[in-house]
Amino acid sequence: MESTEKILEIKHLKKEFDNTPVLNDISLDIHKGEVVVVLGPSGCGKSTLLRCINGLEGIQEGEILLNGDLISNQKKSMHLVRQHIGMVFQSYDLFPHMTVLDNILLGPKKAQKRKKEEAAAEAEELLKRIGLYEKKKAYPRQLSGGQKQRVAIVRALCMHPKVMLFDEVTAALDPEMVREVLDVMLELAREGSTMVIVTHEMQFARAIADRIIFLDEGNIVEESGPEEFFTNPKTERAKQFLNIFDFDSVHHGSNK
Amino acid sequence: MQDLGINLFFQGRNFVRILEGLWVTVSISLIAVIISIFLGIILGMVMNLKNPVTKAVTRIYLEFIRIMPQLVLLFLVYFGVTRTFHINLSGEVSAIIVFTMWGTAEMGDLVRGALSSIPKHQYESGKAIGLTGFQIYLYIIIPQTVRRLIPLAINLVTRMIKTTSLIVLIGVVEVVKVGQQIIEASRLTTPTASLWIYGFIFFLYFIVCYPISRLSAKLEKRWVSMGG
Ligand SMILES: Nc1ncnc2c1ncn2[C@@H]1O[C@H](COP(=O)(O)OP(=O)(O)OP(=O)(O)O)[C@@H](O)[C@H]1O
Ligand SMILES: [Mg+2]
Repeated sequence: MESTEKILEIKHLKKEFDNTPVLNDISLDIHKGEVVVVLGPSGCGKSTLLRCINGLEGIQEGEILLNGDLISNQKKSMHLVRQHIGMVFQSYDLFPHMTVLDNILLGPKKAQKRKKEEAAAEAEELLKRIGLYEKKKAYPRQLSGGQKQRVAIVRALCMHPKVMLFDEVTAALDPEMVREVLDVMLELAREGSTMVIVTHEMQFARAIADRIIFLDEGNIVEESGPEEFFTNPKTERAKQFLNIFDFDSVHHGSNK
Repeated sequence: MQDLGINLFFQGRNFVRILEGLWVTVSISLIAVIISIFLGIILGMVMNLKNPVTKAVTRIYLEFIRIMPQLVLLFLVYFGVTRTFHINLSGEVSAIIVFTMWGTAEMGDLVRGALSSIPKHQYESGKAIGLTGFQIYLYIIIPQTVRRLIPLAINLVTRMIKTTSLIVLIGVVEVVKVGQQIIEASRLTTPTASLWIYGFIFFLYFIVCYPISRLSAKLEKRWVSMGG
């Protein structure tokens, strides 16, 4: 599924907030069809990295390229760049005054100036695939959290982005709704979408990732395949991080 | 035998005079409301700027207007400005100025509140689908702001209409003043005049304000069900 065509190139990125460094010298290439999962403790800069990629934050040093074109710190044309980068956030971020269908069509119609009929046909097709076609005329408040997030994914998808960024899209969901959202993402991965995913769902990360990036205090500490990362992490820091997710059994002693 | 109170309305031009008085009230309110909405939107956008100077200045203006009773403001403009600067302002014009100053301040604060209640991620979601700043305001921010604003603005409008009764005190002949004149004139013949006349004026205020309140409640309900 992977190819050598680079979609995103991040070169020596440095990001500071009020002179406090948050990302130090991050370099990372993302290839077409690749699924990269970014892991790391809270506050290590995962969200900031994604926000730098789609220009919600400016950067202090380094550069970011999309298909070979410089996109970092391009204030004037950033809205054009963002049409090629889909992003889904943790908070349910649908537009509350629009129906599901209008939410999805706003970008294609207004940003990309596509024909309404053509975009609507595609949006309806996508809604059918995530099982929410019947909800196309519903307003966001009439949907569950999981349904809202799936619509948010479709909204990003309908723009035909070259890469999709996911920032802890299941973190605010009730546990029973996490699965339906993750399934949509797994489906996208199977189809060969290029994705950068920040998540705290370790099982999911292991299943979906082609490559794991482990971030700590603004540095890439470890970069490896998922099996290797989860079974045999190279760094002490990653081992500690993974241990947080293991629990020793109370009743039957340790099962290791 | 004493006259029946209700006959007052049919004596001379009484009924027409009351309606003329009502028209003075309504037209002063209407002009003040329209200018206030327009200036208030601009003020609200200025109040939302991050600039500390504009923040302080607009804040002081708002607090000043709120602390001053409307009556004091009316006297200040009608008597103070007229005497000090030798500008001859009619009571009507003074009233419009004062109610516009007040309406603009309150409307500005409502607009500021409505704008700042739109969560940051609404702007970011708009950016993420490639919209320009202008498009984000046009399709996402303004529609949501207006929905939040309209019920509050309508409430302000009814308050302004009711408060215009104060302008009696700077000599404007509006509906309450006409009522007083009729009561004065018929004090001896019709002792129940004040009950009838004020009762009728109460009814007129109700007729003007009730539909406005209903409209607001209706809009609010509709938009809540839409999630706006
Ligand atoms: N707008 C901002 N202004 C100042 N500091 C910020 C800002 N946004 C983030 N930070 C800081 O940058 C650091 C990285 O934040 P970031 O949100 O990227 O972490 P994260 O890895 O996504 O954490 P989490 O897992 O909790 O979401 C944190 O120390 C945070 O306090
Ligand atoms: Mg985060």
